[in-house]
Amino acid sequence: MTILLFGITKDIVGSSTLSVPTSSATGRRIPRTVKELKQFLGETYPELNKLSSLAVAVNNSYATDDEAINSYDEIALIPPVSGG
Amino acid sequence: MEHRYSRQTVLRDFGEAGQAKLTKGKVLVIGLGGLGLPVLQYLNAMGVGTLGLMDQDVVELHNLQRQILYAERDLGKQKLDVVHEKLHEQNSSTILKTHDTFLTKENALDVIQNYDVIVDATDNFPTRYLINDTCVILNKPFVYGALHGFEGHVSVFNYKDGPTYRCIYPNMPSSDEVPNCNENGVLGVIPGIIGTMQALEVVKILTGMGEVLSGKLLLFNGLNQHVGKIAFKSNLTNKNISKLQEFYEPMDCEAILSISAKDFQSIRESGDKITLIDVRTIKEFNDNHLKEALNIPLNELSQKPIDEINKVIYVICQSGQRSKKAAKQLQEAYPSITFYNILGGMNKMMVLCP
Repeated sequence: MTILLFGITKDIVGSSTLSVPTSSATGRRIPRTVKELKQFLGETYPELNKLSSLAVAVNNSYATDDEAINSYDEIALIPPVSGG
Repeated sequence: MEHRYSRQTVLRDFGEAGQAKLTKGKVLVIGLGGLGLPVLQYLNAMGVGTLGLMDQDVVELHNLQRQILYAERDLGKQKLDVVHEKLHEQNSSTILKTHDTFLTKENALDVIQNYDVIVDATDNFPTRYLINDTCVILNKPFVYGALHGFEGHVSVFNYKDGPTYRCIYPNMPSSDEVPNCNENGVLGVIPGIIGTMQALEVVKILTGMGEVLSGKLLLFNGLNQHVGKIAFKSNLTNKNISKLQEFYEPMDCEAILSISAKDFQSIRESGDKITLIDVRTIKEFNDNHLKEALNIPLNELSQKPIDEINKVIYVICQSGQRSKKAAKQLQEAYPSITFYNILGGMNKMMVLCP
């Protein structure tokens, strides 16, 4: 599944999108919920774990941690930004 | 009939009724920077009756690439004065109220209660959370705009029963988590785009025209002109705020005392002996400094012993950021001394005593 990145998450990952495998060929557990997705990404990009607030949108709606995600969902990471 | 506002009153959905509502509207714009200026210039041009201006910064050279109301001759002047003068020239019938302060937890409720709509045009998280909480307590809508590099976010929070800033971002980020424009940069035109979108939302709130951007976060990406919207809902606990928090500064700064440049200047004028440490670089210090100041650059602070005979020490830098760090560092090292950070730093002092 493809994840759109905004704000500081784009800088942390170094790209505006990120691909997460949807089959477990690598042996890693595939994230099934928003919470698992955050954990999955946090293992690769530990800087993401430091964010106090990180909104996750699934199909253009804000999603809570326990919400399920599927390979065809459109997912975005939207941290708060502060510039003015 | 031709009149000043005829190009908008001719619009069927806006009309003379819309104009009358704008005339009655009272809008507070917090922050006179990249976002606040386009908001003010358009609302003032369109005939919003009362505009509140709030900021305490002075115009600096690095502001000019995005804060296009300011000219080179305005460098070093108070933003508040420059904006007041230019908006008055633009539309003399607007009632302009100036608030020569930053928003603090002490003044927030008093100031915000006098307005119908608040515009968050600030550049830092503590003020954004303070605006949110004050608006929730007073039941006022606020129009949010924020930037990151080539990206901009817009939303209207606390509009009627709609969600608040905390419904999407419950916890305030710490100061080292997310950089601000000073550290991260912003492309000059982006705040212009986001600020004008904020102005449009204010007009819709005041007139009731169209669909207010409530419960939706608009995400603008300047690099590909992509505009997306994320829907989100109210969380009732965030609507039930009854008083402001004790602190809005990030935890690591809250123990630091501060003093306004104006109050510090009165202490100087009183003739009392003052100990003042200027933590800017040697070059900056040599360019200009207050006559009683002792120069210890921030990176040398830990190596230079401070005389503990002093009971009170003031700390200054160019804008108040480095001095805040320095005051924190010193306060930990010398608990018997009271350190004060001078808000606005030399920028502010130069205006008070050029």
